[in-house]
Amino acid sequence: MSTRTQDPELTGTDPGHEGPGIGARETEAAVPTKILVGLVGMVVVGWFVANASLAFAYYPGWFADSKVLIGILALVVGVGGAYFFFYFLNQFVEGLPGRISRGLMPYAFLAPGYALIGLMLLYPTIQTINYSFANADATAYVGLENYRTVLGSQEFRSAILNNVLWLVIVPAVTVFFGVVIAVLADKLSTRGEKVSKSVIFLPMAISFVGASTIWLLVYQYDPANEDATGLLNAAWRALGGEPQSWLQNSGLRLNSLLMMVILVWLQVGFAMILLSSAIKGVPEDTIEAARIDGASELQIFFRVVVPQIKGTIITVFITVVILVLKVFDIVYVLTDGRDKTQVIANLFFAKLFRDSQSGQASAIVVVLLLAVTPVLIYQVRHFRREEMGR
Amino acid sequence: MTVDVTKTPTEVAEASRTEPRRRRTRGIMADGRPRSVTSIVTMVVLCVLWTLPTVGLLVTSLRDRDAQAETGWWTALWNGGWTFDNYRGVFDSADIGTSLLNSVIVAVPATVIPIMFAAFAAYAFSFMDFRGKDVLFIAIVAVMVVPIQVAFQPLLNLFGPNGLGISGQFIGVWILHTGFGMPLAIYTLRNYMATLPKTVIESAKIDGATHFQTFWRLIVPMSVPVIAAFAILQFLWVWNDLLIAKLFLSTDNATVIVKLQGLLGAQGQGTEFLPAGAFISMVIPMIVFFTLQRFFVRGLTSGAVKG
Repeated sequence: MSTRTQDPELTGTDPGHEGPGIGARETEAAVPTKILVGLVGMVVVGWFVANASLAFAYYPGWFADSKVLIGILALVVGVGGAYFFFYFLNQFVEGLPGRISRGLMPYAFLAPGYALIGLMLLYPTIQTINYSFANADATAYVGLENYRTVLGSQEFRSAILNNVLWLVIVPAVTVFFGVVIAVLADKLSTRGEKVSKSVIFLPMAISFVGASTIWLLVYQYDPANEDATGLLNAAWRALGGEPQSWLQNSGLRLNSLLMMVILVWLQVGFAMILLSSAIKGVPEDTIEAARIDGASELQIFFRVVVPQIKGTIITVFITVVILVLKVFDIVYVLTDGRDKTQVIANLFFAKLFRDSQSGQASAIVVVLLLAVTPVLIYQVRHFRREEMGR
Repeated sequence: MTVDVTKTPTEVAEASRTEPRRRRTRGIMADGRPRSVTSIVTMVVLCVLWTLPTVGLLVTSLRDRDAQAETGWWTALWNGGWTFDNYRGVFDSADIGTSLLNSVIVAVPATVIPIMFAAFAAYAFSFMDFRGKDVLFIAIVAVMVVPIQVAFQPLLNLFGPNGLGISGQFIGVWILHTGFGMPLAIYTLRNYMATLPKTVIESAKIDGATHFQTFWRLIVPMSVPVIAAFAILQFLWVWNDLLIAKLFLSTDNATVIVKLQGLLGAQGQGTEFLPAGAFISMVIPMIVFFTLQRFFVRGLTSGAVKG
């Protein structure tokens, strides 16, 4: 790896010092052995990883049918493969003549990551847009037919309405609880703060499916002549109400609201952690100055603290917005869109797999893409502003 | 500039001398800050509300079928019905052991590989100059927002029997998670690396280290906090993912979350296993989360997501 120790006489030449990159090779000539080793290495690594993976998949007998063994080997092959690929890629570029090598190195470092982004995100996006103009099994183009069908369907309009509700309610409520908890926890003893934050943070480790299971128990329905087994109905009955089948109750979109509770419950911890560190970063003397001027605690909070943590509030808000736009698991698992709870991501899934309408499903994703575009533009602008301030 | 008339000048001076976080106090905490009863009460209530659903799941998972169906879990102390059979059952008849193993096989490489790819890219963005740097990085910021749903149909075709033929296998899912995790990984790692002192890199350059050496010997060790933070985030995301695992893994390779979703849809026999299954699916992420929480919080709040 270390070329320099092998040819110390080059240390005197020193042209690379003024060069753009650090550690650029100081010879200008190509090193054919390195180029060759690098090229051959990359090919061999690629070939080996591909074949090993296929062997894991199709010849489990070679590995004594042991999942544990295959798992360990797969980990070694995957991670080792990635390491050696980079190693040989680096060898190859280092072997090229100095100028080319320096110019190419950044792109070599970027290439594998960007290749995957291209394959997993860009190519599919273009292909999906393409499919959205084709028929159910993507054999012929049908123009705007899919969009007409989708946009005209009652189900889609209901999904849009629900998504808007999710968008309006969940990020705001999450940020609200995040701020409240961050502020209150800040006033507790160190120990109390630590414990309470961990408790609120804990749901972040829980999957949407796990959380849905947890809350399904809370929303459990039992007829009036039996004991309540769901916490919500138990509380509701204690207040004198009739047992409710909560997730089927679409009045005022109550069932959607109850599913939003799950997402809020999951995300508040994340919001709180970021907001809490922002609040702790507010300089004490700005608060002190306001206090000496006689501002009340509430005034201090809204006029002094909030303006200083606005950036974090926006970051959290946007993160939750992006999450909410794609909300799927909770709705899919709990109601699958029944009783007016449909959302775009679940409708897409239903169209693609339940109805085998791939054209319409693609059209729905394109609508989803359009819906995230403003967020995307905002993100890019926000990022640019921030970079200028760096 | 209004002057608080309720405070005499001496009071104000005194208050500012003794760490005046809050003036109306009942007692002082060990660190000298006054104790806020309102905060304590509200936080206790919130903490109870936040924990109660999970406690309910845990208690329910430890009760037998009849007890689960007939009485609320909060009555378990006096109504009884305690049993470990659900846990036994979910391993024996629902074979959750295999799905747990599958989850590990999916999650570990799908966490490590994207970090390696992303770290190289982040290094290039932080310490190298090249044409198109800004445009390429802004592309990252943009694709972070793209919903993964766009990928399903094209990639099901690409990975399917008419394409690469890796649909249903672990490798397909690793590639998917690596690809989908990449934008956030590059973004997060780069934001952190940008805060590292350039002087360290300069001296490595003078010592004649190549980029590859600088990367492994200096930048990776210095970036451990953010790598750990992103690793936890990615691990949780992959472990808890339903969509990709459901669509791209065969039944034999199904993860514990897919298994749990199957249990959720089941009717009649075996419904009593559901809470136990849910709890089992949560154990490993929770252990990871709690043991590494410190890293996670630090990474999350320092440069990972900028305010």
